[in-house]
Amino acid sequence: MGRTLAEKVWDDHVVTRAEGEPDLLFIDLHLLHEVTSPQAFDGLRKAGREVRRTDLTLATEDHNTPTLDIDKPIADPVSRTQLETLRKNCADFGVRLHPLGDVEQGVVHVVGPQLGLTQPGTTVVCGDSHTSTHGAFGALAFGIGTSQVEHVLATQTLPLAPFKTMAVTVNGELPADVTAKDLILAIIARIGTGGGQGYVIEYRGEAIEKLSMEARMTICNMSIEAGARAGMIAPDETTFAYVQGREHAPEGEEWDAAVAYWKTLRTDADAVYDHEVVIEADELAPFVTWGTNPGQGAPLSASVPDPASFADESAKLAAERALEYMGLAAGQPLREVPVDTVFVGSCTNGRIEDLRSAAQVLDGRRVSGDVRMLVVPGSVRVALQAVEEGLDKVFTSAGAEWRHAGCSMCLGMNPDQLDPGERAASTSNRNFEGRQGKGGRTHLVSPQVAAATAVLGRLSSPSDLADAHETAGVR
Amino acid sequence: MEAFTTHTGRVAPLRRSNVDTDQIIPAHWLKKVTRDGFEGGLFEAWRKDPEFVLNQEAYQGATVLVAGEDFGTGSSREHAVWALQNYGFKAVISPRFADIFRGNSLKNGLLTVVLPQETVERLWELVEADPATEVTVDLQERVVRAPGVEASFELDENSRWRLLEGLDDISLTLKNEDAIAAYESSRATFKPRTLA
Ligand code: SF4
Repeated sequence: MGRTLAEKVWDDHVVTRAEGEPDLLFIDLHLLHEVTSPQAFDGLRKAGREVRRTDLTLATEDHNTPTLDIDKPIADPVSRTQLETLRKNCADFGVRLHPLGDVEQGVVHVVGPQLGLTQPGTTVVCGDSHTSTHGAFGALAFGIGTSQVEHVLATQTLPLAPFKTMAVTVNGELPADVTAKDLILAIIARIGTGGGQGYVIEYRGEAIEKLSMEARMTICNMSIEAGARAGMIAPDETTFAYVQGREHAPEGEEWDAAVAYWKTLRTDADAVYDHEVVIEADELAPFVTWGTNPGQGAPLSASVPDPASFADESAKLAAERALEYMGLAAGQPLREVPVDTVFVGSCTNGRIEDLRSAAQVLDGRRVSGDVRMLVVPGSVRVALQAVEEGLDKVFTSAGAEWRHAGCSMCLGMNPDQLDPGERAASTSNRNFEGRQGKGGRTHLVSPQVAAATAVLGRLSSPSDLADAHETAGVR
Repeated sequence: MEAFTTHTGRVAPLRRSNVDTDQIIPAHWLKKVTRDGFEGGLFEAWRKDPEFVLNQEAYQGATVLVAGEDFGTGSSREHAVWALQNYGFKAVISPRFADIFRGNSLKNGLLTVVLPQETVERLWELVEADPATEVTVDLQERVVRAPGVEASFELDENSRWRLLEGLDDISLTLKNEDAIAAYESSRATFKPRTLA
C-alpha cells in the first residue's frame, strides 16, 4: 500500500524500530529560543552531557526581546536574565545564536525558513508549539517540551509513537478577498481545537497548491490550534524556488540530488489517510474569531453566535464563558465590534507578504484616532526588506507604530501588552484569555482585515473601506 | 523522573473544557530559568476569583485534578506541568488532553488519565457532594477507583513501564548510541547544517 507524505518523511528518519517500543527518530534541525531551553541546558550540565550535534542546532532570541530601544539594556531584569542565560548556554555548549541586534535575529519560525535551514523532507523540532510552521516545506516539524529539548540536545533523536494522518483537501480557488489566515481559521472552526489531536494534517488540493510559501506557512503554523501535532504541505516548484539560493540551501550537484529526493515526497495515489476533511474554497469569506479559543470563529459578515445554538453542552458552556470574557453579546454583528488595538506580526503573519498586504490596505489612509496599531516584523531580515520597499513609511504615515522584530504582543512577554478590558484585532494565532496581556481581548484576523480594522476602528475587511469611501463621497 | 505506581488523594473538580496552557501558567511566569517555584502561577488569573475551585477551603490539599475535555491545549510550555506538580497535583483526569501537554506530563511523572466524559461528570458530582471523597489512580492496574466508580484507562505499555520505573529517557536512548552513529554516517550530504 502507498504511503502518505508524513509517513515517508517519518520512515526516512527511523534510527531504531522495535515491537512495543516507540520509534527512535533522527532530528535534522533543532531550533532553540530563550524560554523553553534554560532547564534543558541545566539538565545537560547536571548529567555531564554535551550537545551531540551543534551543527544541527540554532538558537535565536524572540519571546522576551523588546521592540523599542533595543540598543539599551533590557528593562525587565527577569527577561534580561533569561536572555543572558541563553547567551551563556550557547557559548558554553557551542551553539550558534542570533541575539538581539543581530541581522539574523527574529521569531524562530521566521528565521529557520529564511536561512534556508528548513527544507523538504527534514525533521524539525523546537520547544515551541508553532514549530508546525515549517511543515509548509514538506518537513515533519513539531513542537516539543523542555524534557524533549534536553533529549534532542543530548542525542539528536526523539522516541516517538506514530501519529495518525489526516488530509484536509481544499478544492477550487480562494475568492480574491480570502487569505490563508481566513482559510485556516475556517478549518479550525470546522474541525475544532481538539479535532486534530493525535494527527499530522496534510493540506492539499488546488487552493493549497496555488498558495505562496508565506501563505503555506500561515496555514501550517496554526495546525496546532486544531490540536494537531504537525501540518504538512507536499513540496513543489513553489517550495524549491523559495529554498534555492538561500544561505543554507544545497548548491550544484547537491541541489540536484536534494530536488530529486524532494520530488519523491508526495502522498502516493493509493495511500490511505486515517481521516479526511474536504473544504470548498469558493464558499469561504474573511473570517474572525469571537471567542477565547481559535476554534470559536465565524465569517466577518456574521453575528456573535448565541451560546444556546450549540448542541453540545460543553461547547455551549465554553461559548457562554467566552462571551462574558470578551464582553460581547449574542447577535451583535461582528462588523460592529470596536477595537482599541491592532497588532500585525507574529510567526503566523509577520512575514514580508503579510506586511505588504497590510500596507497595501493602509496606503493613503489613516489609522482611526481611537486605535493604536503596532506593526512588528517577524525578523530583522523581514524588517530590512520592508524598509527597502518603503512599507515602514506607509505604516508610519498612516499613524501606525513600526517596531523592532520579535514575538511582541503575540504573547506579551515583553512590554507590548494589552491592558485589562482592551480589545485587539491581532494577526497572531491565539485568542486565549489574557494571552496578549491580563484581561485583554483578542480577535484573530488576517493582515488585510487588521489593516482595514485599524482604519475604521471596528472589525472590517478592505471591502468595507471602499464602501465607507463611497458613502463619504456621496455625502 | 519520579516513579508513579499508584496514588490516592482528594480531587479538585475543574468544570471547564479547553483549559489552555496560558491559563495553567501565564507567559510572564515563563521567564524563570528553573523547574520549581511555579505553584504561585498555576491558574493565576482564575485564582483572583474567590469562588475558583482551588480557592475553596473544601478542596485544599487536593492532589488529583479532574477537568473537562481538551486540557492543556496551546503552547508546548512544560512549565504547565511543573506548575501543576509544584502545586501538589500527582495526576490529572480529562476526557482528552492536548498531545504536547500529555507528552510533557508523562516525561515528568505527572500521570494524565483519559476517562470518558460521563465518568468525569460522575467524579465531579461525587466530590462536589463530598469534597472529602478520595480517588485512587492505580497505574499498575490501569484503573481509577472512587466510591461507586471503577474505570479502567488506557496507557501504552511503554509509557506505563517508563512511569512505573521512573526511567530517564536520555539514558535509555543512549543505549542505542551505535544505531544513532550509523544513521548519522548514512545521512544524505545535502541535508542542512547550521555551522559551516
Ligand atoms: S510569534 Fe507568538 S506564537 Fe510565534 S513563536 Fe512567538 S510567541 Fe510563539
